[in-house]
Amino acid sequence: MPWFRRKKENISPESKKTDIPDGQWSKCSDCGEIIHNRQLESNLWVCPKCNYHFRIGSDQYISIILDKGTFKEYDKKMISANPLQFEDTKKYTDRISETIKKTGLNDAVITGTGKINGIKSAIAVMDFRFIGGSMGSVVGEKIARITDVAYQNKIPLIIVSQSGGARMMEGAFSLMQMAKTSSRLARLSDAGIPYISVLSDPTTGGVTASFAMLGDVIIAEPKALIGFAGPRVIKQTIGKDLPEGFQRSEFLLENGFVDFIVNRKELKDKLTLLIDYLT
Amino acid sequence: MAKNTLDFEKPIVELENKIEEMKKYEGQLDISGEIKKLEEKVEELKKNIYQNLTRWQKVQLARHPERPSTLDYIYMMTKDFVELHGDRLFKDDKAIVGGFAKLDELKVMIIGHQKGRDTKSNLYRNFGMPNPEGYRKALRLMKLAEKFNKPVITMLDTPGAYPGLEAEQRGQAEAIARNLLEMSRLKVPIIVVIIGEGASGGALGIGVGDRILMLQNTWYSVISPESCSSILWRSWDFKEQAAEALKLTADDLLEQGIIDRIIPEPLGGAHKDPQKMADILKSILIEELNNLLKIKTDKLIQYRLEKFGKMGVYKE
Repeated sequence: MPWFRRKKENISPESKKTDIPDGQWSKCSDCGEIIHNRQLESNLWVCPKCNYHFRIGSDQYISIILDKGTFKEYDKKMISANPLQFEDTKKYTDRISETIKKTGLNDAVITGTGKINGIKSAIAVMDFRFIGGSMGSVVGEKIARITDVAYQNKIPLIIVSQSGGARMMEGAFSLMQMAKTSSRLARLSDAGIPYISVLSDPTTGGVTASFAMLGDVIIAEPKALIGFAGPRVIKQTIGKDLPEGFQRSEFLLENGFVDFIVNRKELKDKLTLLIDYLT
Repeated sequence: MAKNTLDFEKPIVELENKIEEMKKYEGQLDISGEIKKLEEKVEELKKNIYQNLTRWQKVQLARHPERPSTLDYIYMMTKDFVELHGDRLFKDDKAIVGGFAKLDELKVMIIGHQKGRDTKSNLYRNFGMPNPEGYRKALRLMKLAEKFNKPVITMLDTPGAYPGLEAEQRGQAEAIARNLLEMSRLKVPIIVVIIGEGASGGALGIGVGDRILMLQNTWYSVISPESCSSILWRSWDFKEQAAEALKLTADDLLEQGIIDRIIPEPLGGAHKDPQKMADILKSILIEELNNLLKIKTDKLIQYRLEKFGKMGVYKE
C-alpha cells in the first residue's frame, strides 16, 4: 500500500504555464524569461537574457533594416487568384481572406525600395504569419518584380526569407515560382548587381531551394531552422532521432552553406558594410 | 492475375483471362464467335477505362513499376550512348544518370532521374531520389554540353529529392537552387520531358528549359498527393482528393500553361508498348530540337526567362 495515492488526474502541462498578462509581456520560448514588450522591442525582439531571436513580422524587419520613413512599398495590392480553385478541409479562398483579415497582410511577402544607412536598395521581406510564409504566385511574382527593380535601377537587392516552402494550394504554379525567381536572379547576377540573402526562422522547402540559397552573400539569424526537407520528414525517412542543432544556422555555417551568422542588432550595419564591398 | 495490375485494370485482366481460358477449348468446341465477342468487349472496356482515368489513377500509372525509365528510353531511342559519372566533388549519384547520345544524327546530352525496377535495383538507385551530388552531377554535365555546344534533354521521374540527414548536410536546397539559376541561363537548348513522376523541387532541379513536354499518364506538382493529404487533411487517406485538388496531370498542366505539349502514350500506358512509346518520343524530340536549334542563343535565353516569368496567377 503506497503512502500516497496519485490524484485522479495527472498534473496537466497547461498548469505549468506561467500566466502572462495580455499584451504587455512576452515569454522567451528558449529560456523562459518574462520580458516586457517595450523592452523586447527596444532590444529588436531578441531576448536580453539568452539572445534568443523571437520570430518577427515583415514590418518589423523593414523598420530594423531601412532608414526611417524611406520605405516605398511596391505591388501592395497583389493578391492570390486561387488558380486551381483549391479546396482541402477549407476553401483556399476562405483561407486567404481570413489570413488577410487576421494579419493585415495581402500575402507572404512585402517588397519595395528604401535606404539602408543612406544607400538606396530593393528589399523583399517574407512573413511566416501568412500561411506559413508559403510561396505561391503572388510571392514569386513580387520577388521577381523587385529583382527587376534592382536590375533596372542598378541597386542592391536584399531578401529576408521566412517560409515553410512552396504553397500547396497553388500546385504546380507554386513550384514554378522557384524557377521564375531563380531565373531573374541569374539576370541580376550577370549584371553584377549584388544580392544579399538573409535567412530567418524558418527558411525551408522551395524557398530555400531557390532564391534563399542564391545570394552572393548568405547570412542567417542565430538558431534559425534552415533546410530543404522538414525535420519531421527526415526523421521519418531515416528512422532515427536527429542530432542536436540539426538544420540550424550554426549547422549550415559549419557545413559551408551560410557566410556568417548575424545578431539582429548588427543586421543593418553588416548589410551596410557588405553593400559597400559589393558595389 | 498478372503481376502489377492496378485496381482499376482488374476488370480488363479478368476478361482477358477468361478469353485465354476459352481459347484452350477452341479446338474442341465451336466458340470462336463467343471469343470474338469477348475480345471486342475487352477493347471497348480498355478504351472506356483508360480514357476516363481519374487523376489518382494517372498517378498510379506514372509510378507503374514496369514503366520505361530514363535509361530504357536512352537505349530505345539513341545510339552510341556514353554514360558519364560523378559530380567531381563528392561521388556518383545513381539516382541521376546522364551522358552523350545520338538521336539519329543529332548529338545531345541526356540527363534524367533513374528509378529501379525491383527492390534491389531500387535500393541501388535510391528509388530515384537524388542527393545533392545528383543535382551537381547533372549541372556538371549540362555545363559540359554548353561548352561543346550540344543541346540538353532532361527526363523527370522522381518521387522527390532525398530527405536525408546527409542530403541536408551537403546542401540539398543549395544544389537544386543552383541548378535552377544555371539552367535558366544555359547557352544551349534544353528540352524537359516528364516521363513518370514529377515531384516538387526534386523534379524541377533538372526541369528548367525551353520546351516542357509531358507524357500523357504522368504527374507534376509541388507535392505528392500523399504528402499533401497528410499535411492538409492530417491523414494519409485523402490522397485521391489531394490528387484532384492539386490538378497535377498532363491535361491540367497544359491548361495551366506550365507545359508546352502532351506526348500520347500507347493505350494503357507507356509500359504496355515501350518501343512504340520510345518511337513517339524520339520523333517529337527531334522535331522540337530542330525548331530550337534555329533560335539564336541570346533570344533562346530571353524566351526562357519570359516563359517562366509568365507562370503564375494573381490579382492586382
